[in-house]
Amino acid sequence: MALLKYTGVGIRGIAAAVPKNIINNYEYTEHFPKEDVKDIVDKVGIFERRFTDKNTTSSDLSFAAAEKLLNDLDIDRSEIELLIFVSQTPDYRMPASSIILQDRLGLPNSTIAFDLSLGCSAFIYGLSVVYSFMEKSGIKKALLLNGETRSKVYSPKDRMTAFIFGDAGVAALIDRDKKYGESYFSLNSDGSRASLIKIEGGGYRNMSSVETVKEKVVDEYGNIRTDEHGYMNGADVFNFVIREIPKDIKRILEFSGRSKENLDYYVFHQANNYINSYLAKKLKFDTNKIPATIHKYGNTSSVSIPLTIVSELQHKFEQPKELLLSGFGVGMSWASSIIKLDNIHISEIVEI
Amino acid sequence: MKEKFIELLKEVFEMDDQEMNMDDVFRDYDTWDSLTHLSLIAMLDDDYSVQIEDEEFKKMITVSDLYKKVAK
Repeated sequence: MALLKYTGVGIRGIAAAVPKNIINNYEYTEHFPKEDVKDIVDKVGIFERRFTDKNTTSSDLSFAAAEKLLNDLDIDRSEIELLIFVSQTPDYRMPASSIILQDRLGLPNSTIAFDLSLGCSAFIYGLSVVYSFMEKSGIKKALLLNGETRSKVYSPKDRMTAFIFGDAGVAALIDRDKKYGESYFSLNSDGSRASLIKIEGGGYRNMSSVETVKEKVVDEYGNIRTDEHGYMNGADVFNFVIREIPKDIKRILEFSGRSKENLDYYVFHQANNYINSYLAKKLKFDTNKIPATIHKYGNTSSVSIPLTIVSELQHKFEQPKELLLSGFGVGMSWASSIIKLDNIHISEIVEI
Repeated sequence: MKEKFIELLKEVFEMDDQEMNMDDVFRDYDTWDSLTHLSLIAMLDDDYSVQIEDEEFKKMITVSDLYKKVAK
C-alpha cells in the first residue's frame, strides 16, 4: 500500500469554472419516457448539470479557472514552474494539454508540464505528485489544473450513464509554507477491474473505425451506445466502493493519527447521491461535515472534489481546518488524503 | 431469519402488499431494474455484510438463490 506524507506544502488558492449551459435533468427526456427519467433522477439525486458547447474543452474550463485564480491572487507567473493538467478528456491525443496551457497562461519555458490521465481519483493523485515535486527546493509555485467534459463521453441513449455526468474545470495554486503542516495520502489501483468503467474503442487497442462509431443496443433494457462512448457497470462500481473506500479511509486515519472527529470536513468524489449517502451512513460520518454539489453539478469525475470545495466551502478557512478527501472510480483507481487548509483563497465560480 | 429476509427484500422491491415466494424469479417483478439493483446491493451489505458481484449475480434467478447467499 502506498502511504505518503508531505510536510510544509499546501494549497494557497483554488478556483473553478463551469459551463453556463444548465441541463435540467427532469427535462432531459428526449430519449426516455418522463416517468422513467423522474425515477432515475430522484434515485441518483442529480437535478442539474453543466454541459459545454461543442467547441469548449476541459482545458478551456481549467484555463478560465486558472486566469481567475492568478488574477485574484496577483501571482507573478514567472514563479510558476510546474503545471500538471489532470484529465481524461484532453484537447488532443497529442500534444499534452498541459503544454498548450503553459503557453496560454504565459508561464515560462522552464515550466515542467505534463498531463496525468486518471478519473475520479485524479485530483488527489495530482495533489500528491505536485506535493512531491514541491518538497524539493527548485520550484517556487505550482499549478494543478483539472478539467473534464464527461458530457462528451457518455451516450445520451444509455440510461446507466445519461443522467449522471457534467463538465467543469478547476485550478489550484500550490506553494511551500510551514503553516500547511503535514498532509497524508493513500493511493491505490486495481487493474483487474478495468472493464467496470471503460471506453472500448478509439484508443490504440481498438482504433477508431466505422464499427466503433456505430450505435448498438447493448443490454436487455434497450440502452444504446457506440464503442467510443463510455460504459459503466454501476452495480459493480457500487460493490467496489462499499468494499474498498471505508477500508482506505480507515487506513489514512490510522496513518495520519487522526480520528474522524478531529477532522472538519469530509469531501467525497461526487459519484451520485445514492452512493454518497450510503457511504456516509456506512462510515457513520456526521453529514453536517460533508459538503455536496452532486445535486447541482452532477458527477464531474476528478473535478468533483475541488469543485465541491470551491462551491461549498468559501470563507470557511479563516481558521485552519483539516479535510479528508476521498476519490474513487475508473481504473479502478482510488485515493484518500488528509490536508490542512489555512486561510486559503477560494475564488468565486466562473461561468463560461 | 427467512421471514426477516423476505421482509427486507419486499422493501427493496417496494412490494409491501404483495406476496413474495422463495421460487419467484426476482427479475420478473415489475419493480426490477438497475436502480432496484443498487437498493439490493445496499440492503445485502447493510443487513448481511454480503456482496454479490455481477458475474455471480447474473447466475442468480430466484429469491431462494439470494437467500442462500445470505444464509451461508
